[in-house]
Amino acid sequence: MTNSVITGIVATFDRDNIDTDQIIPTEYLKSIKKFGFGDFLFDGWRYLDEGRLDMTSEDRSKNHDFILNKEPFTNAEILLARDNFGCGSSREHAVWALRDFGFKAVIASSFGDIFYNNCFKNSVLPIKLSKEEINHLFNISSSSSVNFKIDLQRKDLKFGDDSSYSFDVKDSLLDRIINNLDDVDITLRHKSDIKIFEQIRRNQRPWLFDYTN
Amino acid sequence: MPVTLYDKLWDEHLVETDDTSESLIYIDRHYLHEVTSPQAFEGLRHKQLKPWRLDANVATPDHNVPTDRGDSFNIASIEDEVAKIQVVELDKNCNNFGIHQFDITSNKQGIVHVMGPELGYTLPGMTIVCGDSHTSTHGAFGCLAMGIGTSEVEHVLATQCLKITKLKNMLINFNGNPQRGVTSKDIVLHLIKLIGTAGGTGHAIEFSGSYISSASMESRMTICNMAIEAGAKVGLAGVDETTLDYVKKHSNLSDSMFGKASEYWQTLQSDPDANFDQTINIDVSKIKPQVTWGTSPEMTIDFDADIPSQEDINEVSHENLLLAKTYMGLDNSKTLQDLSFDRIFIGSCTNSRIEDLRDAASVVKGKKISKDITEAIVVPGSGMVKAQAEEEGLDKIFLDAGFLWRDPGCSMCLGMNPDQLKPYERCASTSNRNFEGRQGNLGRTHLMSPLMAALTAVNGKITDPS
Repeated sequence: MTNSVITGIVATFDRDNIDTDQIIPTEYLKSIKKFGFGDFLFDGWRYLDEGRLDMTSEDRSKNHDFILNKEPFTNAEILLARDNFGCGSSREHAVWALRDFGFKAVIASSFGDIFYNNCFKNSVLPIKLSKEEINHLFNISSSSSVNFKIDLQRKDLKFGDDSSYSFDVKDSLLDRIINNLDDVDITLRHKSDIKIFEQIRRNQRPWLFDYTN
Repeated sequence: MPVTLYDKLWDEHLVETDDTSESLIYIDRHYLHEVTSPQAFEGLRHKQLKPWRLDANVATPDHNVPTDRGDSFNIASIEDEVAKIQVVELDKNCNNFGIHQFDITSNKQGIVHVMGPELGYTLPGMTIVCGDSHTSTHGAFGCLAMGIGTSEVEHVLATQCLKITKLKNMLINFNGNPQRGVTSKDIVLHLIKLIGTAGGTGHAIEFSGSYISSASMESRMTICNMAIEAGAKVGLAGVDETTLDYVKKHSNLSDSMFGKASEYWQTLQSDPDANFDQTINIDVSKIKPQVTWGTSPEMTIDFDADIPSQEDINEVSHENLLLAKTYMGLDNSKTLQDLSFDRIFIGSCTNSRIEDLRDAASVVKGKKISKDITEAIVVPGSGMVKAQAEEEGLDKIFLDAGFLWRDPGCSMCLGMNPDQLKPYERCASTSNRNFEGRQGNLGRTHLMSPLMAALTAVNGKITDPS
């Protein structure tokens, strides 16, 4: 299966430095599962009460001013933010929560490095654009609901009638999303290279092996 | 060609590079804890794989363990059933796969970034990863250390490698002698204020200069720990005598092995003329004690400065400032000294080492905490820090002053265990993140040094440490 086009409603988050603690608060990191985090996405902003892992969105008192509680943004698939989105904690749960809610792409002027990497492991596409481009996208999407169309093969983002921005992303990373590839499988193709490297290392730097205290 | 320390470490661990600019890097040490590992172990089981190299892995529970455990505590004693499942799961995974764990009953258990170095599991020149962004701490030993996500935890378990892109190099020179009352925490907060929380994004930051050369390993760890708060997932410092002395004291390598290793370790500095993509020079003698006012670590000011208002900043940031001020309840406060505090937290992977506790105790000795403070806790970073502090009588100093003296864990750095702020409580905290809700739903966090937090405990307010 390939995922080469993303089309969806854009939800705007007009602030810098949205950290992964905001994307999913620590309480929900107690789960030992890899799915089921969508109801807790942006929990502190989305609800008025305190939640627990065994609750669902239905059980909660919602903040009706929050964008993801308003139609049509309950079905948003593209998130637009400002600078340094996903900074802070390394929790991959942040990407799992975005994915489980239904987000397929996040557009920002910059991303936290660890969050950016985590996205590609979970088929969420992070798109970096310039601050000017981000400003323009906010201008056209803040007052009403709009759809963007993202073409992964062509690396471009279409908005409005015939406008588009191209974006840069490493092919090997994009390939993971388009073809749903698993990193472990790819790396294990190099098993013998790793074995040889490790054996040399064991001889040259023996203190790194079999240490206990 | 002269190269940087980061480049040396990269080349030393490079298994393979391909034309897509991603590379396979060999990982020497992998630390695991209960929160970011269960899904990775599940992935291994699903793929019917075993850990590539057992002795590279070390585990301990730290994030969601209670810190008032006492002597007869075991996993079954954890009251939060959801947290208990996670600690049980780590236990089961370590037992089933054969990974060495310092479990919740071990007297060596602690915050993984405090425990690792003091047991010699962190050695110079290593590549070190952990599913925790504060893994940058270990860079203080001349290591290439970084936080990773859970998919990468699984990848490292399965392949002993990480598939990553090379970072750019940034050099921060801290020169000069700090003023009285100014610590490594103030220096790194000052840096974050200066370059912002995205200032180091895409870079490995090397810390150098005369201040770093004269700093203890504990201070270097505090600074590297918070590199991630400046956006850099890698922070590091070159190896010198201070590094080797620490390793000699804390590792149990034989003398001959240590001798052989130190010949290599002594080469772990950037070459004199190495090229950095960015260099920043900071005179630490001009830095005052730093305290955060807002909801991002870059929202930091001198302890006696005015809290920023809209006139002080450019228009683009107005929205950020307004949101932060409202969340922190600062609408009627001009300076941090106007604020009354409710809680004090001395601990976390940033500031729970013996030097931090000595600093805090020196302020508290013979005094009582302010009657305005509802709870003040000291949480040593590991079993070894706790034992050392008790041997020095620091526990008595804290207890006599009215602090609670706890067992090791991440505690109130993140609202994941019973140590949490209540809504709207204001906390003087030695941790690393003042994000909304980080210490508990609607809690208000002000980051500062252990010395400033201890002083705030005594006075109920931010005061001048000099």
